[in-house]
Amino acid sequence: MASLRFQPFNPGRWLLWGATAALFAVAPLVFRESFALTMLTQMGAFIIFALSYNMLLGQGGMLSFGHAVYSGLGAYFSVHVLNMIGKGTIVFPVMLLPLVGGLAGLAFGIVFGYVTTKKAGTTFAMISLGIGELVHACVLMFPGFFGGEGGVSTNRVVGQPFLGITFGPTIQVYYLVAFWCFVCMIAMFALTQTPLGRMANAVRDNPERAEFVGYDTQKVRFLQLVLAGFFAGVSGALSCINFEIVTDENVSALRSGGVLLATFIGGTGFFFGPILGSVVFIFFVVALSGFTQAWLLYLGLFFLAMVLYAPGGIASLIMMQLPVIRAGRLRELALPYLLALAAGLVAFAGLVGVVEMVYRISDASLDTQMSLFGIGFDAQSVRPWIAFSLVLAAGLVALRFTARHVGERWGAIQNRIQGRQP
Amino acid sequence: MEFFLVQLLNGISYGLLLFMLSSGLTLVFSLMGVLNFAHASFYMLGAYFAYQISTAIGFYPALVVAPLLVGAIGMLVERFGLRTVHRYGHVAELLFTFGLAYLIEEAVHLVWGRAAVEYRIPPSLEGPLFMVFTSQYPIYRGFMMLVSMAMLVSIWLVLTRTRIGLVIQAALTHPQTVEALGHNVPRVFMLVFGGGAALAGLAGVIGGNAFVTEPGMAAAVGPIIFVVVVVGGMGSLAGAFVASILIGCLQTFSVGLDWKIAWLNITVAQTAPVLPYLLMVLILILRPRGLLGTRDG
Repeated sequence: MASLRFQPFNPGRWLLWGATAALFAVAPLVFRESFALTMLTQMGAFIIFALSYNMLLGQGGMLSFGHAVYSGLGAYFSVHVLNMIGKGTIVFPVMLLPLVGGLAGLAFGIVFGYVTTKKAGTTFAMISLGIGELVHACVLMFPGFFGGEGGVSTNRVVGQPFLGITFGPTIQVYYLVAFWCFVCMIAMFALTQTPLGRMANAVRDNPERAEFVGYDTQKVRFLQLVLAGFFAGVSGALSCINFEIVTDENVSALRSGGVLLATFIGGTGFFFGPILGSVVFIFFVVALSGFTQAWLLYLGLFFLAMVLYAPGGIASLIMMQLPVIRAGRLRELALPYLLALAAGLVAFAGLVGVVEMVYRISDASLDTQMSLFGIGFDAQSVRPWIAFSLVLAAGLVALRFTARHVGERWGAIQNRIQGRQP
Repeated sequence: MEFFLVQLLNGISYGLLLFMLSSGLTLVFSLMGVLNFAHASFYMLGAYFAYQISTAIGFYPALVVAPLLVGAIGMLVERFGLRTVHRYGHVAELLFTFGLAYLIEEAVHLVWGRAAVEYRIPPSLEGPLFMVFTSQYPIYRGFMMLVSMAMLVSIWLVLTRTRIGLVIQAALTHPQTVEALGHNVPRVFMLVFGGGAALAGLAGVIGGNAFVTEPGMAAAVGPIIFVVVVVGGMGSLAGAFVASILIGCLQTFSVGLDWKIAWLNITVAQTAPVLPYLLMVLILILRPRGLLGTRDG
């Protein structure tokens, strides 16, 4: 992040946030199918979740494997409040339900954060994993409150309609999620600018120095985790309203792992990284899982490729292009990029072929006669195996050469840009 | 008394299995600073490989071949994966192994399906070994103990009595000096990582048929061995041993008890899955460095 400047009026920032708000408002008008609308709603809730996760990983340097605890427990408390509203025991606007989830997340952040933030680094990661497992096991242990394996279901159309809003139709839920997502985005961005946000960065980068300056690093981590717990709880409440059911999956290690994948793929180094990551991740989960049972494998491979070759995530890949664009040299990179992309697609096609064939053969209930890319073939014959392996190998070799080409061009351009402005 | 003895024996054999897993994890952690998230996945791979090999050529060859295969995979992972991400720091390494765990689980789904496979105890090891009062103690449990003890003794001998063991011990604390003396430290890392994976694979071979071989087994045992490492103290082998036996006994004893906890309306047996994590939280509050740990933080 750039150095801190006092800018009472920052037109670029207003423009960016204005565009984001407009995007939220317009998105359902562009993607009209109900499938797209559910996906957008899920993306909204997940963006809050991933951004709150990045308060730990990106801003505080805390790698957590149990962040679903806060969103999940927030969701459980919201579902009970929602059911109480339904029974008429209490009067509370459904619109403000995310606050209930948020407060629950905050409260559990205080409880668990006290234990987890005693440590930093790798130990913190292991302890957060342990806390996650602890909560997940407890959820299954007390079916009275958590509903056991079946979870707690609810109905979001309760109470008096407010200005005709009942939250029956999906579009109303979308706008509720979009509103909260936007508010939380602003709040979390504002937090990065506060002294706490800055100190979290300092504790991430050099805890020893931060301590010498006089800050209690454990306290900084603790506060950051409690606030992240609040936003995670908000996202949990929104997903409870959206799905009308809360199960033990909401607090599971799978969900904690999911938010980690999404945040890392998007990029932890920039505020907007997790937003991109959430969009990609939900797309993988919702859209790709409809096409293939091997979607988790593809997601895992994508994640590993990002860890190995682009540890800054998608956001850093985008930000890396900015100086090149500013120097007006992006056109020189266009051809190498296109070649590398083409090689990558060829390799990916070969990989998809091999993976899908393995899957067909391993599942006895499926017919081995299959079709991919519009070509029909039998997964048990040798020929498609040779063909797809060859495509994969050719793609990988081509990718290696084209990537080297991109690297050379990139280096040359960087040298020239830096040479011009010493 | 009978209940106590049977549970104690079961607890120790389970604890020894846990130690086979956690010892590799601890060694890799203290040597390379890498917390290997995929360690339990190597355990799972060991079980699946053993299942495949034992259906083809028998259990005893599998006992040797499967851990070697898993160890080879571990070395490949270190050489072509971890070494590449090493320059991005420990978080990237941890994330790499995390992604690897995902990938191995999905690969197991794809190759062996989602249901448990029929990986059985070999007929020659079925039956009772001796009687504890009125209950039989199975031969296989004894065999598990024997294998783990033999493994532990040989590791101890390798680490303390051989040249490579001395190099490993020296590289634990002073990697630069060891490198300056002309030893290939990256290769030592690769060997240790592969060795840890092979140990996990061996645990999978003998644990897979004693318990159950299914794609969820890595996710089930993974958090427990992390708890073992935290409770024992990060990087302490002796601590990992004590914590393994402690947690092994804790779990087997609590599963066997059906006393009611009145105010929670559940039995002790139902709390069994939570106990290791509660122990971890307690240890962290009372003794943050772990039972036998030396470093704080």
